[in-house]
Amino acid sequence: MNSGAAPGPHIRVRGLTMAYGSFVIQRDLSFDVGRGDIFVIMGGSGCGKSTLLKHMLGLIEPAAGDILYSGENFTGASAQQRDAIRRRWGITYQTGGMFSAMTLAENVALPLQLYSKYSRREIADIVAYKLALVGLAGYQAFYPAEISGGMLKRAALARAIALDPEILFFDEPSAGLDPISSRLLDDLIYELKESTGATVVIVTHELPSIFAIATNSVYLDAASRTMIDYGDPAWLRDHSQQPVVRDFLTRGGSPAKTTAARSSHHE
Amino acid sequence: MSDTPAGFRLVQENDKDALLVLSGAWVQGSNAGDFAALDGQLHPGTVARLRIDGEALLQWDSTLVAFLLQCHDYCATAGIELTSRNLPPGAARLLELATTVPPRQQAAGPRGNWLASLHPFQLLRNATQILRESLAFTGEVSIALTRLVTGRSNTRFQDFRQFVYQAGPEALGIISLTSVLVGMILAYLGAVQLQQFGAGVYVADLVSIGILREMGVLMTAVVMAGRTGAAYAAQLGTMQTNQEIDAITTMGVSPVEFLVIPRLLALVMVMPLLTLYANLLGIVGGGVVAGGMGISPLQYVSQTESALALNHLAVGLAKSLVFAVLIAVAGCRAGINSGRSSAAVGDAATAAVVTAIVYLIVADAGINILCQQLGI
Repeated sequence: MNSGAAPGPHIRVRGLTMAYGSFVIQRDLSFDVGRGDIFVIMGGSGCGKSTLLKHMLGLIEPAAGDILYSGENFTGASAQQRDAIRRRWGITYQTGGMFSAMTLAENVALPLQLYSKYSRREIADIVAYKLALVGLAGYQAFYPAEISGGMLKRAALARAIALDPEILFFDEPSAGLDPISSRLLDDLIYELKESTGATVVIVTHELPSIFAIATNSVYLDAASRTMIDYGDPAWLRDHSQQPVVRDFLTRGGSPAKTTAARSSHHE
Repeated sequence: MSDTPAGFRLVQENDKDALLVLSGAWVQGSNAGDFAALDGQLHPGTVARLRIDGEALLQWDSTLVAFLLQCHDYCATAGIELTSRNLPPGAARLLELATTVPPRQQAAGPRGNWLASLHPFQLLRNATQILRESLAFTGEVSIALTRLVTGRSNTRFQDFRQFVYQAGPEALGIISLTSVLVGMILAYLGAVQLQQFGAGVYVADLVSIGILREMGVLMTAVVMAGRTGAAYAAQLGTMQTNQEIDAITTMGVSPVEFLVIPRLLALVMVMPLLTLYANLLGIVGGGVVAGGMGISPLQYVSQTESALALNHLAVGLAKSLVFAVLIAVAGCRAGINSGRSSAAVGDAATAAVVTAIVYLIVADAGINILCQQLGI
């Protein structure tokens, strides 16, 4: 299943500046995502996490800088080259992005019909398998409006992995899920990565998720409008030079400190 | 790499055990995993235990795991004990993941096919349902209007100007085009017939009475049903999808008072004005054609003047008020009762226009019969 892995980072972001017109959201972002990494883009609300993801997906053009996939420049690529690169991705969107006029089976089958050489029978088999993988076996004939929010997130994941992608992008995968469902989704993402060797890029600010699965991360700061730290989140929590990052990863200080602060306040 | 063909082989080891040997590269295009072929060879009576051996496998992708999953499901229902060895570790883990949650047995609810939806009884039922919903909705609107009059309403008038602008000035272009053309068409139709009797000048009577009583207001209403009625349905349908209507309801505010009444009033205010404008342009359009047929502008104007009567104008304006209410009710009803998906919002917009046009035609016929009986 693993393609012959080319050496070097899977995704490389070089000197990226993101701006809407003259309003700069983030500048000078440079980081690498290694092959098989679970890479988390984190930061407070409104810092530009989702915007960074949209830049990586090519939905928004960068104001400056480049994004490279396996050494190929994506930013400067032609529309055809971009489509070829995009075909190796699977993406789930914040609100699912499932086509409401199609059943789950049709949703998952769509990328297979568009881009694979599978026969109709094989597509039906693979759709059944992908839905089973996300715990939705037997839900082929349901419409997105007929299933719950958590199931919708998983169905979107089934569509994202339909083509056995090399890179999986998730925008806030566990937003709005209960802790157990959120944990199950994390496990699923981890298992998929382990079994298929895919690289995973996640936008999230759910700390339990970050510590459970992330192997690398970048922290975008809203105040200074750039990345202020980069590395394994568990390591950053204890060793980051940036107080903001340590605060973020400990929810604004260790629980003991907060309790102490509260009790002193009461005295 | 050896060139083992991709596929499987079923070996019956004894009367209980069977061995399934998978070999080759199970990838896209290899056409390796045809489960139907295996299904034909497996007989629950002769096999109690099935072992899968993946030692000879080369590359693999989803084809393999999809096949393994089918084997697993088949064995589970047929009561065959399934074991495997030498499967690629990734594939084994994915299979395990795919089989943790048992498949849902119960199928989705029944889906009507398109033929069934053409059944006369079904059509009648849909029509009565829409009619009943519209009646209920009209009731809600009446209650909200009463509350508005008694001053106990939560109607939001901040957006009212915006609605008036969208329904009125923004529609002037299309109304101008349709009404001038309808005036010209009426004049053509009439002139050809009337000239046979040497009564060509009476084309002015035909155009002005036809436009004032009927065509001006009807064309305006049809345009507004397509423009504004559909827009209301799409706006309210999207608000339903975004749970904005739920939010309004749980704030203790009636969505009808808050959202429907301002739209309805905007349309009721704008429609008579648009109708007046359409009437004027329609008569001008008729004059252009009449001029082309040898009737001088002065003749046309004086003939029109003598044909103009207040009752014709009043009938048209009264119709415009009725039509405005019908369009707003049809549009807002479709929007508020919309489902919560992009497809449902599309259906709501369609329903808004279709029901509005049906109501318009029926109401128009009714009003005409009434006027006939009353001699207006």
